[in-house]
Amino acid sequence: MASKALRGLTSAEVGAATTAALLFFVCLIVAGMTDHSGYAFHMVIFTLASGWAFFTVINRGFDPESAPPPRTIDGKPNYNMGPIKVATIAAMGWGIAGFLVGLVIALQLAFPALNFDLPWTNFGRLRPLHTSAVIFAFGGNVLIATSLYVVQRTCRARLAGELAPWFVVLGYNLFIVIAGTGYLLGITQGKEYAEPEWYADLFLTTVWVTYLLVFLGTIWRRDEPHIYVANWFFIGFIVTIAVLHLGNNAAIPVSILSPKSYIIWSGIQDAMFQWWYGHNAVGFFLTAGFLGIMYYFIPKRAERPVYSYRLSIIHFWSLIFMYIWAGPHHLHYTALPDWAQTLGMTFSIMLWMPSWGGMINGLMTLSGAWDRLRTDPVLRMMVVSVAFYGMATFEGPLMSIKAVNALSHYTDWTIGHVHSGALGWVGYISFGAIYCLVPWLWKKERLYSDRLVEWHFWISTIGIVLYISAMWVSGIMQGLMWRAYTNLGFLEYSFVETVEAMHPYYVIRALGGLLFLCGALIMAYNLWRTIVDPAVRSVAVARQSVPMAAE
Amino acid sequence: MAQMYQWLASIAQSFGAIYFVALFALIVAYALWPKNRAKFDRAAHVPLDRE
Amino acid sequence: MTDLTHSHKKPTLWARHKIFETNSIIMIIGVLIVISIGGLVEIAPLFYLSSTIERVQGMRPYTPLELAGREIYVREGCYNCHSQMVRPLRDEIERYGPYSLAAESMYDKPFQWGSKRTGPDLARVGGKYSDEWHVQHFNAPRALVPQSIMPGYPFLAQRPLDADHIVGAMQANRVGGVPYSDEQIANAVSDLRAQHDPEHPGAEGFQRRYPKALQRDFDGDPRTVTEADALVAYLQMLGTLVDFKVYDNKANFR
Repeated sequence: MASKALRGLTSAEVGAATTAALLFFVCLIVAGMTDHSGYAFHMVIFTLASGWAFFTVINRGFDPESAPPPRTIDGKPNYNMGPIKVATIAAMGWGIAGFLVGLVIALQLAFPALNFDLPWTNFGRLRPLHTSAVIFAFGGNVLIATSLYVVQRTCRARLAGELAPWFVVLGYNLFIVIAGTGYLLGITQGKEYAEPEWYADLFLTTVWVTYLLVFLGTIWRRDEPHIYVANWFFIGFIVTIAVLHLGNNAAIPVSILSPKSYIIWSGIQDAMFQWWYGHNAVGFFLTAGFLGIMYYFIPKRAERPVYSYRLSIIHFWSLIFMYIWAGPHHLHYTALPDWAQTLGMTFSIMLWMPSWGGMINGLMTLSGAWDRLRTDPVLRMMVVSVAFYGMATFEGPLMSIKAVNALSHYTDWTIGHVHSGALGWVGYISFGAIYCLVPWLWKKERLYSDRLVEWHFWISTIGIVLYISAMWVSGIMQGLMWRAYTNLGFLEYSFVETVEAMHPYYVIRALGGLLFLCGALIMAYNLWRTIVDPAVRSVAVARQSVPMAAE
Repeated sequence: MAQMYQWLASIAQSFGAIYFVALFALIVAYALWPKNRAKFDRAAHVPLDRE
Repeated sequence: MTDLTHSHKKPTLWARHKIFETNSIIMIIGVLIVISIGGLVEIAPLFYLSSTIERVQGMRPYTPLELAGREIYVREGCYNCHSQMVRPLRDEIERYGPYSLAAESMYDKPFQWGSKRTGPDLARVGGKYSDEWHVQHFNAPRALVPQSIMPGYPFLAQRPLDADHIVGAMQANRVGGVPYSDEQIANAVSDLRAQHDPEHPGAEGFQRRYPKALQRDFDGDPRTVTEADALVAYLQMLGTLVDFKVYDNKANFR
């Protein structure tokens, strides 16, 4: 501010610019040499992105205004909220895109003509687009935004690094673009929830390691002696996802000029790795990470400390050490050895305990303030999400019992189970956190409209109920039809008869998805108005350095 | 190699339970240790304090 | 000014900081130990299972054409709706055939056991339908099965197969442990074409390298090797390698 002279580049900026320049040339050369058009397209995207990064970093280095900001101002932490704002907006945008693709594929199952019989519009390519968009694009951005917010506030320290947090947010979203367009172009490794090919995986690894370092670096700056429990869950999530990602994606690329790779593991080992990864993506990405959100945002919004801090510690350790064993329940009655299946089942059933411990901890935080559920729709949304968490984590262990699994596996029951967790738990806790975050980040007194939050809540709740009840009925029905015998001892139904019977439930499911999408659109409108509408007053300048508590 | 498999598989089947109980005992002890009470009470107020 | 006071404070804070840093590192190490034990105990034994215990007669690596077909299967996301794993349950064995063995997917990178049966299991689909049925079904599924909700794949029969890339694919598979011989890799492109055309000069060599593999034009268009040829070749061999008349299920425990 004081000096207008060129400040020159910091060593971090030199490193970043050099890396970007290097990446620029490598990607440019690969783009020119490959004979795979989709891969060339991706390399062009990487080339443009690294070229942009190079110029931005250099520009910034020579801009005297951009001198590294102080860590504290007047003794108060100078929080870095820019990257968090971007991740919050990205989360909302990807969320709507992901829900929309979900609606499209739900309709395709009810009305197959909607596949249009083109390669890039077929269900087989769109379904990974839906799962990745909602889990990794929506959920991932929510996790990055909330974790980087929570770690700053609970450590009372500015985010570590200046370029690094931007690299995490922008790099992660670039990965999403590469992954998503790849599926449409037919670039996939064919492993569920881990479809991106080797080069996207490699890039994600660098983003993820940076994420971990930013998070840890911020913790190391803290002036609180104890690391708040929400940060434990975030650390558990970040570290474990890194391990899972590396283990499950160990692959041999055909060449640097080809997007194709072959996984190191074969057959049964690959199956075990896949579901060790797949189940723990649920356990650590969709559970531990979002529990970190629960442990900060619910106490914060309810303005009372978590019900039992000791329970939260037991919750954390027992959750992470039990989840990691549960993967084999995805492989019941397969060629996986029986002992591994039994072990997976046992730990899955035991998981019920820490899950419900966590649920009780979240719900009881409200004790003495239950009336807030009537008056604060945002808090209600988060509390209902914890209830859905309890429901899904009761259903999960039930479905991991081999006898139940024999019926439920391969049917829509699994889809219903996943969505009660995904829409109810992950969706609602994310919506609640974003409803809290947007006024905090943009320093507004309140949301544009609490009534629109009410509408969002009720419309999407009806949507979830329609969705999961339709899937329960169709799943159990199809499971029973597959194993139905006539009096003479023949199978009663041909496969296609069971497909035909699903039709009405697929229509109801699509309707549920439509309602959920409508709720999200209402939310996006509400957030947009909150940010831009002058009628929503900013927090007074005097209070600006002390962002408002939830009201 | 077959013995190796047998051996590893039997470890997996017995070790899981022992490991589970031992680790759980450690965690519960840490969480309930009286000396830690004040620390945890303070930590619980971290999101609410001074903001 | 604020900056100055901050840097002034730094040395005194440093000693205290160090302990906290170790704390978060200890936590990460704890997390790593906890999650690796659970994973390793379940995964490690499997490496001694399928490579040594269960050797089943008849298993061979995919032919170049079948491998190319498998890539299309993966590319189009067929695993999203079709499993390849018959469970040892009465109705499944009656509906699909003998239950799947671990060895039957020993050369599968990645495995395609699947998790959902929006369509039927395909582990034993080989030989159940004619080539012509498959081709027409890909073109317009509802022309053959009116109640089907499968997308159509009419473009497969239009697209010539990119045959040259198969060499790199087989080499990468070999690095990953699939026992392709030097001869098989050297003749990959010729074998791919020979499987599609019994009159091909390399037809005899192909039969020697991949005994009992199907050898014919699969999509009704003998002039070009299309993606449909590859995919049908793959589907028609699925689940047919192990002869269950001679398979002794007591010899392999699971």
